[in-house]
Amino acid sequence: MRRIGIDVGGTNTDAVLLDGGRVVRTIKTPTTSDVTTGILTALVELSRHPVGAIDGVVIGTTHFVNAVVQRRDLTRVAAVRIGLPASASLPPFCDWPEDLAVRVRGEVFMLEGGNDYDGRPIVAFDETGMRRVARRIRASSIRSVALASIFSPLDPGCEERARAILSEECPDANVTMSYHLGRIGLLERENAALLNAALIDLARATVDGFTAAISASGITAPLYLTQNDGTVMQAEMATALPVMSFASGATNSMRGAAFLSGLADAMVIDVGGTTTDVGELRRGFPREANSVVEVGGVRTLFRMPDLLSLGLGGGSVVEADPIAVGPKSVGYRLIDEGLVFGGRTLTATDVAVAAGIVRIGDGEAVSRLPRDLVGRALDKARAIIEDSVDRMKTDARELPLIAVGGAAFLVPDRVAGTSRVIHVPHGDCANAVGAAIAQISGETDQIYRDLSREEAIAAAEAQARERAVAAGGDPETLQTVDVEDMPLAYLPGNALRVRVRVAGEMASTAGQNGSSSVSQ
Amino acid sequence: MKELALDDIEALAVGAWILGTGGGGSPYLGLLNMRRHYAEGRRVSLMSPLDLAAEDWVAVVSNMGAPLVGQERLADSRNIARTVEIQEGLLGTKFRAVMPLEIGGGNGIQPLMAAAHLGLPVVDADTMGRAYPEAQMTSVAVGDLRPYPCVLYDPRGIEAVVTKVPSWKWMERVSRRICVELGSIASTCKAPRTGREVRDWGIHFTVTKAIALGRRVREAQRRHDDPVAAILDEGQGQPLFRGKVVDVARRTTEGYLRGRAAIEGLDEDRGSRLEIAFQNEWVVAWRDEAPIAMSPDLICVLDTVSGEAFGTETVGYGRRVSVVVLPAPSVFLTPKGLEHVGPRAFGYDLEYRSVFNESG
Repeated sequence: MRRIGIDVGGTNTDAVLLDGGRVVRTIKTPTTSDVTTGILTALVELSRHPVGAIDGVVIGTTHFVNAVVQRRDLTRVAAVRIGLPASASLPPFCDWPEDLAVRVRGEVFMLEGGNDYDGRPIVAFDETGMRRVARRIRASSIRSVALASIFSPLDPGCEERARAILSEECPDANVTMSYHLGRIGLLERENAALLNAALIDLARATVDGFTAAISASGITAPLYLTQNDGTVMQAEMATALPVMSFASGATNSMRGAAFLSGLADAMVIDVGGTTTDVGELRRGFPREANSVVEVGGVRTLFRMPDLLSLGLGGGSVVEADPIAVGPKSVGYRLIDEGLVFGGRTLTATDVAVAAGIVRIGDGEAVSRLPRDLVGRALDKARAIIEDSVDRMKTDARELPLIAVGGAAFLVPDRVAGTSRVIHVPHGDCANAVGAAIAQISGETDQIYRDLSREEAIAAAEAQARERAVAAGGDPETLQTVDVEDMPLAYLPGNALRVRVRVAGEMASTAGQNGSSSVSQ
Repeated sequence: MKELALDDIEALAVGAWILGTGGGGSPYLGLLNMRRHYAEGRRVSLMSPLDLAAEDWVAVVSNMGAPLVGQERLADSRNIARTVEIQEGLLGTKFRAVMPLEIGGGNGIQPLMAAAHLGLPVVDADTMGRAYPEAQMTSVAVGDLRPYPCVLYDPRGIEAVVTKVPSWKWMERVSRRICVELGSIASTCKAPRTGREVRDWGIHFTVTKAIALGRRVREAQRRHDDPVAAILDEGQGQPLFRGKVVDVARRTTEGYLRGRAAIEGLDEDRGSRLEIAFQNEWVVAWRDEAPIAMSPDLICVLDTVSGEAFGTETVGYGRRVSVVVLPAPSVFLTPKGLEHVGPRAFGYDLEYRSVFNESG
C-alpha cells in the first residue's frame, strides 16, 4: 500500500509518502490562502523523485470548520423538520448564534411525521405538505436542503421519503439527511445537518480544487478526506458530508503517533507552535469526547476526540518573574521573533536550544541566558505537561506518552504518571502520517428492546460492519473499535441503547486495476 | 411578586441541574423555550408561597418520562400550559399560580414555560427540593394530601386524566403506564393544591435557591474561581469526595435506571473509593464500603473543573468529579418523610444518618 497523506494546517501544509508502513519522504510548505496551491506545491516537491504507483491521496483539513468559525463561504439553507405536533416550540436554528443564523437560514419548514422511541409513527408523515415545500424550494433560489425527522437514527423512513419527493420536484437540490450525521438528540443532529448543508458549495469547490491539484501534480490516485474519527471518506462522500471532517487535524496527529510508535494504547502529546493537545489512544484511535461539542457557537454531537488543549508550544513566550511559559505565543512569527532566529523575544524554543535539548537556529544567541532561568522555564513546561497528561488519563495505569508535533522536544524524557516518553522519527509530520494511514469505519447507534445485551450488541455490530463495507472498507480487516451500551431510564422492557463503531483498511481497488501511476 | 430576568432563568437552569442530584433531565431545552419567550416579550414573575391566600388554587406541573426521549420530542411550553388549562376545567375555577413538582432538573423550568403562556406567576416552592423518581416521593405525599386528579397531555391531542386512586403509589403505577403508552413522555399537571396546602406542605423558596446556586457557579466560572467551593458555600453543603469515575454499571429494572458508579479518590481522598447507587437520582454513597451519605440528603456529582452537574445517564468513565452533599428539606427528615424517601424506600436496609448531624 503506497499512500500520500497531506495535512493542511493553519500554518503549514505537510505531506508524507508512505510505502508499506514506512515513511519514505516528508515535505513541509506554508499553507496558502487558497489551500490548493499549498497542496500542489507539496505534491510537486514530493514527486521531485519518482513516487511510483499510489493507492490513494488522503487529505486532512480544517478548511470546513474554519469556514463556520469565520462565517465565510457559507450557503443559504432550507430547513425541513419532520415531527409535528412534537417539538414545535423549538424550530430549526433556535439555538444558533444570530450572526451565523442570518447567513445560513433561508427558509424553515415544519411538517407532521417522525417516530417515537419504539418505532411507532408519532403521526403519519405529511407527504402532501412535503410536496408543497419542495415546490416552494424549487421556486426559490435555495438549492441546499437539510432534513431532520424525530428519532430518524432509529427509523430514517421519513427523511428518505422527503428526499425522494424533493428529487422529484426539485431535482437539482442538494439534500443533507440528519440520520447520516448523528445520534439521538434532535437539535444537535439537526444542527449538524444544517451546518453540512451550509458547507455544501464550499465542499464541492474545495474537493474539486484538491482533485485539480492532484491531477496537476501528475499523480493519478483516488482522493480521500479524513474524518473526525481517524477514518477516511471517499472524495465524493466528502462533498456530500463536509462536517464529518471537522476535527480531523487533531485526530490525524494522534493516529500518526500510534503508527510511528507502533503503540495502540498510549497517551499522546502534540506540541505545536502555540498550543499543545493532549489525548489518549485506545486501540489505536483517539478516545472520543462524550459531551456536546460546540462548533462556531453551534451545539452538535460530532464524533470528536477528547482533547485537552493548552497554551504551550515552541513559540510560547517565556517570562522570568514569576516564571511563565505561555499561553502568550509568537506563533508562526517564531522564525522572526525567537532569539535563535535573531529576534528579541525569549521563547520556549530558545530555552530548549540553550539547554542543549535541540539544535535550531543560532545557538550562540542564547549562550548567555542565565542557567537558572533556563532550568526554571523547563521545569515549568514539565509541570504544565505533567498536569495536563494526568488530567487526561482515565485510570491509574502508567501508559507510555508519545510526543509529536513540531515542538515535541519540549517534552522531557521522564514525565510523572507515564511509563516512558517516546519521541518518534517524523513526529513533526505525525498529522500527515495519520492522514496517510486513515481507515474506513462504520457506526450505528440505536435502541434495542427485548434482546439480551449480547444479542443487541451483535445486531449493532452487524449493522456497523455493513455500513463500513458500504463506505469502501475491506470486510476482512474490520475490527470493532468501540462499543457503548446504556439501558434507558424509565423505559420498561429492557430497552438498551447500543453504539458500535468498526474500522478497517480501505479495500484496495486502485492497485488492482493498475490505473495508478505517476507521470513526471 | 418579582419579575424574573432572563439571566435569573439562565442561572436557574444551572442550579436546577445541580439540585437534580443526577436525575430530572437537563434543563437546557426548557431554557431554550424561555429564551424565546423572553425574546418575544413575555415575562414570568415569581411569588412567595407566603403570599398565597389559603383558598387560592395552585397548579403543580412537571414533564414525566425518559430524559432520552426528551432529547427528540423536545420540551414545548404549550403542552405544559395545556395541562393546566385541562386541570382548570376539571377544577371549575381559575388557578392563582403554577409551581414546580420538582425543582431538580428540567422540571425546575416547566412551570415557567406554562406561566409564560398563561400569564400566571410561579410559586417559589416545589414538593421535592430536588428530583425524585416516583410520585409518592414528594412533600405533599408525606403530608397525605389528595393524590388525584392527575392530567397527562400529549400534543397528538391525547388528554388523559387519572380521576381517582387510593394512594400516591397507585398514582405512580397508573400514570407511569399511560406515560409509557404515549411514547415515554408526557406533560403532566398533578393534583391541584390550595394556598393553605402549599404554605403547610410545599418546600419553600427552592426556585430562589436554584437561581442563587446557578448564579454562584456562573460567577465562579467567569472569574476562574473554584465553582465547587461556591456551591458548598451557597448551598451550605459538605464536601464528600473528590476523584475520578472508574466504573459505571447501569441496568433498567421496573422502568427505572438503576446502577452504581465507582469513584477512585484523588488529592485528599487518594487511596479511598466511593461508590454511589442510583435510581435515576443518586441515592446512597459508600466510602470504602461504609455508607456515608444517603437520601433524603442531596448527593450531587459535579464536574470538578466547571462545577456543572453530571446526570446518572451521562456520567462516564474517566470523569473528574467532586461529590458534595446538600442538606435535605426538613419535611423528609421526619419518620413519615423517611418512609417515603429514606434509604429503605429505595430498597437499602440502612438507618438514615445525615452527613450534617455528624459534622454539626
